[in-house]
Amino acid sequence: MILIDLLQGMLLLAGVGFFLVGTLGILRFPDVYTRVHALTKADNLGLGLIVFGLLLGAESVPVALKLLLIWGLALIASATAGYLVARAARRRGVKPWKARSGGGA
Amino acid sequence: MNWLLELVAVLLLVTLVLGLIRIWRGPTVADRMLAAQLFGTTGVGLLLVLAELQRMPALRDVALVLALLAVMAVLAFVARVWRQDPNNNHEGPS
Repeated sequence: MILIDLLQGMLLLAGVGFFLVGTLGILRFPDVYTRVHALTKADNLGLGLIVFGLLLGAESVPVALKLLLIWGLALIASATAGYLVARAARRRGVKPWKARSGGGA
Repeated sequence: MNWLLELVAVLLLVTLVLGLIRIWRGPTVADRMLAAQLFGTTGVGLLLVLAELQRMPALRDVALVLALLAVMAVLAFVARVWRQDPNNNHEGPS
């Protein structure tokens, strides 16, 4: 049991770490496209790790299946939303960010 | 294990508060909308952790609905708000 607890703690903390990295990305990245990149990948991986961490402590099979269903819905929804926002930004003519010489983010 | 779940919940809340900075500063409306989507994903994780922590299984249903509503908000934003003529942009260049 102690091993399962340890694994659950590691998964949960790794998930929170990915959430923090994703938020850092959305704060620091320079334009819409890079922010979509930070948001839709890092956060869903963090959510998946948290879901797997909670799966180890789930009390029954339906609860575990519901957790997986929530993660699947979040994956599909976030991928669709990221694609739509990036396409709308491109149609509006938002220029992708380019590194200028000597310029930081 | 409860202290660990509480720590995870608090850290997720810190992430939400940090996301508020992007909504405050975001140069375009799309950046603010992306931060709102961040709230959706982080909120789902937070609700799942709280459902386990407080033994409230109903919070998982709330998380499911929140995941659906967050993407609906982004969809409505892309389809209705942000689809305007780029020549008379209202928020200025990004």
